[in-house]
Amino acid sequence: MSPRTVELELATPGLDADGNAVRVPLGAEPALAEEHMLVNLGPQHPATHGVLRLVVELDGETVVRVIPHLGYLHSGFEKLGEYRHYNQIIPLTDRTDYLSPMANNVGFALAAEKLMGIAITPRCTVLRVIACEMSRIISHMVWLGTTSIDLGAFTPFLWAFQERERIYNLQEMWTGARLTTSVTRVGGMMADIPDGFVDGLRQFTRTFPQTLAEIDRVLTRNAVWVGRTQGVGALTAQEAINNSLSGPMLRASGVPYDVRKDQPYLDYETYDFDVVVGEHGDVYDRYLVRLEECHQANRILAQALERLPDGPVNVADPRVILPPKSRAMNDMEAMIYHFKQVMEGVKAPVGEAYVGIENPKGELGNYLVSDGTAKPVRWRIRPPSFINLSALPRMAEGHLLSDLIAINASVDIVMGEVDR
Amino acid sequence: MNASADALRATFSTAIGRAVESCGDTIVYIASDRVLDVLRWLRDTPGHQYNYLVDVTAVEYRDRERPLEVVYQVRSLERRVDLRVKVELDPQGDLTVDSVVPLWQGANWLEREVYDMFGVTFRGHPDLRRILMWETYAEGYPLRKDFPLRGRFSRAEQVRQALATNPEAHYSLEELSIADAFAELPEDMKERLRRGERGKLPHSE
Repeated sequence: MSPRTVELELATPGLDADGNAVRVPLGAEPALAEEHMLVNLGPQHPATHGVLRLVVELDGETVVRVIPHLGYLHSGFEKLGEYRHYNQIIPLTDRTDYLSPMANNVGFALAAEKLMGIAITPRCTVLRVIACEMSRIISHMVWLGTTSIDLGAFTPFLWAFQERERIYNLQEMWTGARLTTSVTRVGGMMADIPDGFVDGLRQFTRTFPQTLAEIDRVLTRNAVWVGRTQGVGALTAQEAINNSLSGPMLRASGVPYDVRKDQPYLDYETYDFDVVVGEHGDVYDRYLVRLEECHQANRILAQALERLPDGPVNVADPRVILPPKSRAMNDMEAMIYHFKQVMEGVKAPVGEAYVGIENPKGELGNYLVSDGTAKPVRWRIRPPSFINLSALPRMAEGHLLSDLIAINASVDIVMGEVDR
Repeated sequence: MNASADALRATFSTAIGRAVESCGDTIVYIASDRVLDVLRWLRDTPGHQYNYLVDVTAVEYRDRERPLEVVYQVRSLERRVDLRVKVELDPQGDLTVDSVVPLWQGANWLEREVYDMFGVTFRGHPDLRRILMWETYAEGYPLRKDFPLRGRFSRAEQVRQALATNPEAHYSLEELSIADAFAELPEDMKERLRRGERGKLPHSE
């Protein structure tokens, strides 16, 4: 290899004998070729999306090995769940994947209902679909915004967060909270949607595609974006399956598996939407998949609003659903039910249930084991971003350090869920 | 009941225990020394093809008499069918099963988590370290039923250990050797690292 002609001016060059700034040609630097460097990234680093710590072994600028360190946000949710009634666990699910709290609430409630054999009402089913798809949009918007910032594009971040804010306002209308929604209950919802919610959401579904089109125009054929993402961190379909990836990560590699289509829950099979599948499995395809999933989520939202039936939100089972306050205060039987539910909780029969739902990050599984008491023996969250992240060392090998940022962003991790 | 349960019994006979159904899911209990064989067969046999590992976890019951279970949730992506395979281990005895990382790379972190939380050792795992708790965590295995909710050590001891954390322990020996920083460490620190005592406090419980 010929010596490089570009000269490097050192930060503190000093002066030579003639008083000129010292310039050191690159080739004259001490040989670093065989020496591998250790770079510590995080846990307090903006591009690690929370408190992920990566110890990176570098050969020059090329990543040789990535050693992730997790657990900085470990809260022991699964252990806490063993000491709580089923309905008391729902607030914990908010705090796992805190970028899509409503979808987590739904996932847990579905598992608890499967365990107890409860069939929810038609209105509740549609409301839960709305909750899941709203979560998908806000989660993907956060992903788009933060990833574009990681790769140096600031404008899409602002657009994406503006849309997220509109969903958050609706979420606040419905649940009273923007982040810690706790919107479901075993057998129903915490509350029905308020007046004006349907109009607000309909207005959102009408205008949201414009923002997506703007983001698409600014990024999809942008030379910098394409250059930073195409061919970076690619996984084949076989590798994606072998690494147990799920969600957009799996589909970007060309595996058309979507829990909503393939093991439907909440009547998803009756909605008209497409499963978005990529081809190359690189960062760019993951971007395209998530962008298109926003369109599909918007389609589902519009259909759900059209079909939203009237009727009760909660099942008519006084063993699992609290009676209205007015009845609990005036009616002896209702008061007893209220007392028993609050003090003893809802008992689940002996058995176990696993329900996987298609969360924005991938397949969120809730696995509940019951020994017949009101508290689960074991509550296991199958965390999609934890499992997707486990493929990061493989994806980043051989790429540049700057590509590691893009690859890490493309996994769409949320540390609350990775560490639980 | 999932048809794979009968097929498994026909192939592996005594290595397959009972097959039960719970909430519509089929659960097959298998002998703890045949995990790798059974799961490889399930993955590769045409007509079954459980090629996707959904989850690896463990369950310990409140009833101390019941065995600790390691749970494998596998899925056939082509046939859209799930199957749950369980291995029973004696919680008082040797908690060891074969690692399934040779079959699925995705099991790597999942098994590390089970090791971290339950203390199950996975034979043949390429990198069996704690994953969510820190490497020098000495209070035991948090998801075991004999582990109190607030931890095993007193709050005072937990605080003392947190304050006395050794900053040198932020990199493993392996990581330090990458950076060649190992050679520059003081002699006593090198000696402790060699003995695998990194981060360990001189007077901890």
